[in-house]
Amino acid sequence: MTDTVKKRLIKFLVSLIIFGIAILIIVYNLRDNIVYFYSPSEIIENNQTGSQIVRLGGLVESESVVSDGDSIFHFKITDGQEQISVKYQGILPNLFAEEKGVVVEGIYMNDGRFIANKVLAKHDENYMPPEVIKSLKETGKWQE
Amino acid sequence: MNLRLTNKQINIIEKANPFLIVSTIVAFTFGLYFSLLQSPPDYIQGDSMRIMYIHVPSAWFALMAYTILAGSSVLWFITRNPIFSIIARSIAQIGMIFTLISLVTGSIWGKPTWGVWWVWDARLTSMLLLFFLYLAYIFLWQSITNKDLASKISAALAIVGFVNIPIIKFSVDWWNTLHQPATISKLSSPSIDISMMVPLFIMTLATFLFLVTVFFIRLRIEILDNKILRIREVK
Repeated sequence: MTDTVKKRLIKFLVSLIIFGIAILIIVYNLRDNIVYFYSPSEIIENNQTGSQIVRLGGLVESESVVSDGDSIFHFKITDGQEQISVKYQGILPNLFAEEKGVVVEGIYMNDGRFIANKVLAKHDENYMPPEVIKSLKETGKWQE
Repeated sequence: MNLRLTNKQINIIEKANPFLIVSTIVAFTFGLYFSLLQSPPDYIQGDSMRIMYIHVPSAWFALMAYTILAGSSVLWFITRNPIFSIIARSIAQIGMIFTLISLVTGSIWGKPTWGVWWVWDARLTSMLLLFFLYLAYIFLWQSITNKDLASKISAALAIVGFVNIPIIKFSVDWWNTLHQPATISKLSSPSIDISMMVPLFIMTLATFLFLVTVFFIRLRIEILDNKILRIREVK
């Protein structure tokens, strides 16, 4: 390694460390703004009520989906600890189902209800053929 | 350390080309047969999950191509050996195309699955940023006429932009995103059935062969381009 190459290497490493620290600081401070949605616990804790549009994500609680015609739906979103009742008028995505992930966008009202104007189905990382799921359920190895 | 390619090595790259093209076609034939006809649909998503067989390898190689781009830019900065600059320029366009493929296929999958074409979550946004980084890298090199300066500025951009790669990779673990976390990260128990892993593996191999094929073609073009530049400089 010649001297010039060594010098460039040192210069490079020093600027890399400075740059790395800068990025770490930025990402660390931005971490709350980067989340796409909040869990029910976070929304209740932060009390994000009012006219501001927020996104709420979690699992659709089982046996909580009620439709009262005119494509108005009521359901509860849970994260295992807290739950929030959601009202939505519109067409639900095909993959929307109870005990499945969902992200809704709308306003968290003062009375604790959430009025959603957009519902997105969240897909998990599992990829399975239907037959495998069937046999897993039969042997009791499948946990929803 | 002189890594300048000799004419003999360039000839080898040239001769490998037909073999690479044939093996890419063979691998894609097998891959598409397995992923479109021989594998089962997903239990929730149905047939739309088959987009994954193109989406996932493209996204993987988009990240890998950028890692090579940034890595060879670092080596160029330190050694100033033109071959690293040539490698970087050869991989950039392939990476950009793979990024575009994964963005478009992801969008097509997102509509039936999530209900929307696009959301501004951390994974999708950082992937779009990757596309713009590739684009900026290519445009910078082409638009600056002083090629010595162009090499420096584009290499600097490539290195600085590398910070985006771990952000893309871990965005789904660090922040709440609509995009699901990685399926193939847990080696002990991947969340994908073997009947879907095999086609994904073949498609990954096919995509890799395609990448190498295009890379070798691009490498030859960039080497010739570099020669022309040097001749012009002498004149």
